[in-house]
Amino acid sequence: MIALLLRDLRLAFRAGGGFGLGLAFFLIVVTLVPFAVGPQSSLLGTIAPGILWLGALLACLLSLDRLLALDQEDGSLDLLLTAPLPLEAVVSLKALAHWLTTGLPLVLAAPFLGVLLNLPGPGYLWLCLSLALGTPALSVIGTFGAALTVGVKRGGLLLSLLVLPLYVPSLIFGAEVARRGAAGQPLETPLLMLAGITCGTIALMPFASAAVLRLGLR
Amino acid sequence: MSIWQYANPVKFLTLSARVQPYLWASAAAAILVGLTWGFFGTPDDFRQGSTVKIIYLHVPSALMAINAWFMMLVASLIWLIRRHHVSALTAKAAAPVGVVMTLIALVTGALWGQPMWGTWWAWDPRLTSFLILFLFYLGYIALWEAIEDPDTAADLTSVLCLVGSVFAVLSRYAVQFWNQGLHQGTSIPVATGGRTVADVFFYPLVLCMVGFGLLFLALVFYRTGTEIRLRRARALRARALKEL
Repeated sequence: MIALLLRDLRLAFRAGGGFGLGLAFFLIVVTLVPFAVGPQSSLLGTIAPGILWLGALLACLLSLDRLLALDQEDGSLDLLLTAPLPLEAVVSLKALAHWLTTGLPLVLAAPFLGVLLNLPGPGYLWLCLSLALGTPALSVIGTFGAALTVGVKRGGLLLSLLVLPLYVPSLIFGAEVARRGAAGQPLETPLLMLAGITCGTIALMPFASAAVLRLGLR
Repeated sequence: MSIWQYANPVKFLTLSARVQPYLWASAAAAILVGLTWGFFGTPDDFRQGSTVKIIYLHVPSALMAINAWFMMLVASLIWLIRRHHVSALTAKAAAPVGVVMTLIALVTGALWGQPMWGTWWAWDPRLTSFLILFLFYLGYIALWEAIEDPDTAADLTSVLCLVGSVFAVLSRYAVQFWNQGLHQGTSIPVATGGRTVADVFFYPLVLCMVGFGLLFLALVFYRTGTEIRLRRARALRARALKEL
């Protein structure tokens, strides 16, 4: 299991693995927002939590189509299907590797990009916390989407259409935590809901992803 | 005699051919009478004026938009558990009908909302969840279209339907939390029975709802029949090619 995780991480970090891609995309989205809505710092500060959450979500989405497709192309996915390791564990590890290479850097980068968007002071902690709690769910749900579209040629666009509606609950509660944190309001309810969604998806989605992979690659 | 005998495509087609004329006729009658009664036979509301009459399209289509998804959910479960092809095909056949119902509900809602709320669209929980439902339908249909092997497509879309249902319910509560509503509560609460629609409006509305339900059934029967015949034609062609 650890070998598989290390392999995925190594592949992601090496040239062509697309490790920095999500991060660069996040930076670009955040840079483009002021051009689109104007440079008034008060306005930017108000929308910063939402923009940062949306940027992180899109950056997560960007690397999803490589998650399983590359393994399918070179045949290693077939090996994993027949491996003694249960497929549920394989997809969980894939999701974990995706989170470590995409979600975690986004969480760490978010405060710096928050500065660019003039995020109010108390917001930083809650932004990072909400992203750290929410992005694992994005990776796990994204793995399900990647498993659904792995047999489809040029499934990238289809993948976004399938995955984005599933991201709605996480986005709502995550951005709400960040927004309330920035405004200094009580945020216990959305925080707990966000954590609950993440725990639930981590517990249940690997079964769906594994089932889909088995059905799709018979 | 059980319902499972209709998993046989031939039996299903026979049944479908037998009930379809009645379904079409009763759907047409219910909708025509319901709409005519509703549009011309009921008075204007004292506050909403004649715009109240959009209810005869809006409520039935919204009802069927949700029920179509439920039907797809049940059909997907039957496919995953008992592997009856007809079941998978009914789910496939119901999706475009459901998406059109969702669209009708959204558009009629916007048309009503403009004079009444002063806006075409508001990020209200009900409106937002319907938009999300619309996206789910689109993703479901797109996945059916994208996969060539019909059995794999049926498998994957069924799982998507199951997972999507969970997330659709989750989104419903999430958006309720996220924004308080502009949309009025239900006028016909079945559980409590305390409806707030006057009888004049209520009877044609019920007729329209029944009519939309029958129309949905007729369309699903019709489209499933088309899918079965399409698959049969493909099989015949494949066999003919093999013999050449």
